[in-house]
Amino acid sequence: MSAPTTTTPRPVASGPLPQASTAATAARIAAGRRGRLRRRSVVVAVLAVLVVVVLLASLMVGRTFYGPLEVLRVVAGQDVDGATFTVGTLRLPRAVLALVVGLAFGLGGVTFQTMLRNPLASPDVIGITAGASAAATVAIVVLGLSGTAVSAVAIAAGLGVALLIHLLSSRSGGAGTRLVLVGIGVGKMLESVTLWVLQRAGQWDLQEAQRWLTGSLNGSTWEATWPTAVALVVLAPVLLARSRDLEALRLGDDAAAALGVRVGRTRLVVVVAAVGLIAFATAATGPIAFVAFLAGPIAARVVGPHGSPLLPAALVGALLVLVADLVGQFALGTRFPVGVVTGVLGAPYLIWLIVRTHRAGGSL
Amino acid sequence: MTTSHTLVAEGLTVGYGDRTVVHDLSLVVPPGSVTAIVGPNACGKSTLLRAMARLLAPRGGHVLLDGAAVHRTPAKALARTLGLLPQSSIAPEGITVADLVGRGRHPHQGLFSRWTREDDLAVAEALEATDTVQLAERPVDELSGGQRQRVWIAMALAQRTDVLLLDEPTTFLDVSHGVEVLDLLTDLNRARGTTVVMVLHDLNMAARYADHLVAMVDGAVHASGAPADVLTEACVRTVFGLDCRVVEDPVSGRPLMVPIGRHHAGRAAAGAEPDGADGADGAVGAGSAPDGAPVPAAGDVALVGRGR
Repeated sequence: MSAPTTTTPRPVASGPLPQASTAATAARIAAGRRGRLRRRSVVVAVLAVLVVVVLLASLMVGRTFYGPLEVLRVVAGQDVDGATFTVGTLRLPRAVLALVVGLAFGLGGVTFQTMLRNPLASPDVIGITAGASAAATVAIVVLGLSGTAVSAVAIAAGLGVALLIHLLSSRSGGAGTRLVLVGIGVGKMLESVTLWVLQRAGQWDLQEAQRWLTGSLNGSTWEATWPTAVALVVLAPVLLARSRDLEALRLGDDAAAALGVRVGRTRLVVVVAAVGLIAFATAATGPIAFVAFLAGPIAARVVGPHGSPLLPAALVGALLVLVADLVGQFALGTRFPVGVVTGVLGAPYLIWLIVRTHRAGGSL
Repeated sequence: MTTSHTLVAEGLTVGYGDRTVVHDLSLVVPPGSVTAIVGPNACGKSTLLRAMARLLAPRGGHVLLDGAAVHRTPAKALARTLGLLPQSSIAPEGITVADLVGRGRHPHQGLFSRWTREDDLAVAEALEATDTVQLAERPVDELSGGQRQRVWIAMALAQRTDVLLLDEPTTFLDVSHGVEVLDLLTDLNRARGTTVVMVLHDLNMAARYADHLVAMVDGAVHASGAPADVLTEACVRTVFGLDCRVVEDPVSGRPLMVPIGRHHAGRAAAGAEPDGADGADGAVGAGSAPDGAPVPAAGDVALVGRGR
């Protein structure tokens, strides 16, 4: 054997044994953590309040203005002269659908971005939304389906696209440039499928085209709202329950596995749940442009890097859709579908993101 | 406090795709000691480490932790006993040091369990051990490479596992930070009895810091044992295909490998006497007897000191 390692006295502070100061350090760390948690809770609460406020506003505003009291009475089921039809039948389904698909797009989008560690890897950029939309178009126009059957076809297509992108890009491993580029290509192909189907079937009217290409809340009904609402109630808890595992996955697959996360299983559950949300929402309103893509980064900017971005991103998604629909309906003179407004918001951000990443020397 | 965890690989075969990287490998990690795995690039060191940490399912044989097959142990339960610091991890944008180190508590937390005082203490202790307390509130992306590596190690420490595997913990670190990290791991082993297994690139650091040295080549263990028995000129020639001299490290008394290469080999080959003006370079050649056996010589230390 060799000679024993010479030990030199080390400064006490850097020894690995618990020091008297450890408790003090722990207290400071706990204080910092609680501070961040408090800040986060406040921001999430503010977002939730904003969602409720905008939701109420979208029930009040229109050709005829109704005060909050009248609106609340209608929501509570009371008969209010005039308002019952305008608010209860026209505005309420539209507002609730906007809320539900906004939550679904926001949550589904940020899940993909977190899991693939890439803000560009949101389902509306990598073609999953386009797949669901193309499938819904085919289901309605070609197969003559409606309701939940459309959602089922959309989910199958969304999962199919996710699998296809995974297979086409898996050799590079992870969520690099390859996955994003393959996804964009697949998405463009599927968009042209949507156009082709609409045109072939002779259903080429602008309303329909807009709905299936950029998303629209026009003609919202309770029938269109329910499937997405149920999907949200079922799938959102699945994703939120995995948010801690998703947070660990952000450190890298190996690091997450070392922390006891079952990487493969988590991925599978999370992808199926997120695609489900995206597909149900898309089947209801069409692929409302860029909501899934924008919600996560905006939420991260607002909440900061502490804790899971899932819940805040869902709220931001709802806020985006609600506000964009209000703007599209009333702020621009002509009525625009919601997807046009979110598209105008999202495109510059996409360009900025690509320019920034490129400048930082990253690969997309 | 000593740990009695036994970590054993038996007839282990692991690979990626259609490529077998580790073939029929058996290895016993001595409990409560520091083990270093060395070997040339692509010899399967990292693959072995990943298989031992349950990141890769074995194709044949098994890895046993305390007698139980690692890949059949629930992931979270395993992560409370055995930790791994992978070669590359990603710090989420903007995350603070305290938050990142806190991620190490993941295997100790359930779905709805609150953050406990125990968690805070573990994080505090990990920060103190790695001398990163003053960095706690800083974003990780603002840190230097050495600081960042210490933070990642702190995360692994916060996991509070009795067995800690590290994949090249000193890469990207300059020499002083590298030594600091290895000192820290030694502290951890001495004070807590943590079983440390690390893949190291630097043979001399491996020989100095390991109690048990494993030399791998082509997915198999070539030699294992005390550094003085493993790090020999013959072993380096077989494992790395490199001619070298092995002398005694004047500081630790462990073996020290000096590569020969095609240039600058004059003194090594001739065993020439130093003329005093050559300093450290000459001292190495002169300190070894012609047969390559390490010769302890007080003069070496003096010469090295003068050479600098």
